Amino acid sequence: MVIAFYIAGAVAIVATVMTITRVNAVHALLYLIVSLLAAAVIFFLMGAPAIAALEIVIYAGAIMVLFLFTVMMMNLGQRSAQRERELLTPGIWIGPLILGAVLLAEFGYVLMRGPSRGEMNAAIPPKAVGIALYGQYVIAVELASFLMLAALIGAFHLGWRRPGSAQEGLHVGSDGARADARSDLVHAGSDRVTRAS
Amino acid sequence: MLAAILFTLGVIGLLVRRNIIFVLMSVEIMLNASGLAFIAAGARWAQADGQIMFLMILTMAAAEVAVGLALVLQVYHRFELLDSDRVSEMKG
Repeated sequence: MVIAFYIAGAVAIVATVMTITRVNAVHALLYLIVSLLAAAVIFFLMGAPAIAALEIVIYAGAIMVLFLFTVMMMNLGQRSAQRERELLTPGIWIGPLILGAVLLAEFGYVLMRGPSRGEMNAAIPPKAVGIALYGQYVIAVELASFLMLAALIGAFHLGWRRPGSAQEGLHVGSDGARADARSDLVHAGSDRVTRAS
Repeated sequence: MLAAILFTLGVIGLLVRRNIIFVLMSVEIMLNASGLAFIAAGARWAQADGQIMFLMILTMAAAEVAVGLALVLQVYHRFELLDSDRVSEMKG
């Protein structure tokens, strides 16, 4: 099992190095997803299967999809078709595919080895985590809900644009967007930017 | 050890890259590395507290990414670029 841990760690390090050295943001996102999956395999090996599942669902699922939405929203325009054609060339996704295949093979190997003795340490069952979470750390749960509410309101406020300028917002440098930015009372100081440009 | 390496890589990415998207990704790497350290410590001493701290880190990372990406979109619509040096407008 120790060798599986080292393989997953090597995959995580390689994927992270590839993440911070890519030029294109989408390629970096692919490697970052592989890195998070490697971390999930490590969590599984350490005896935290529920945390591994949460890592995949929330990190590699939700947060990376959020990143992907943002990156894709910035590539709107006539270049998007050409870019999409470039993204489908096999030289780009073959690297994350190989690393992901290594992780998948390792995960299958660990699952085949044994259901309970596969972990390096004694597994902490999710039931104990739940009991501790809602008994001892219930204040932390409430604080987390406060944090999520604040993030929801903050993201909604920051991403808010005037409803009339929904179409003009896509043409980023147009006069409509600038006029909209100037009349937006929330973002004080934006007139200085438009005067400078 | 692995968590330290991943955290160091995140710090390097944070310092080297100038694209805001990459900076946010590096912050994600660092948060993930610290979560890995918590899980490892919790597995070492067979306590459930490490996993609970990882849950808190997960919540915090989700909130941070939501707010950060909204800020990135606003900055992009305002400046049409994502260079964190050239976006700096806070001059005295």
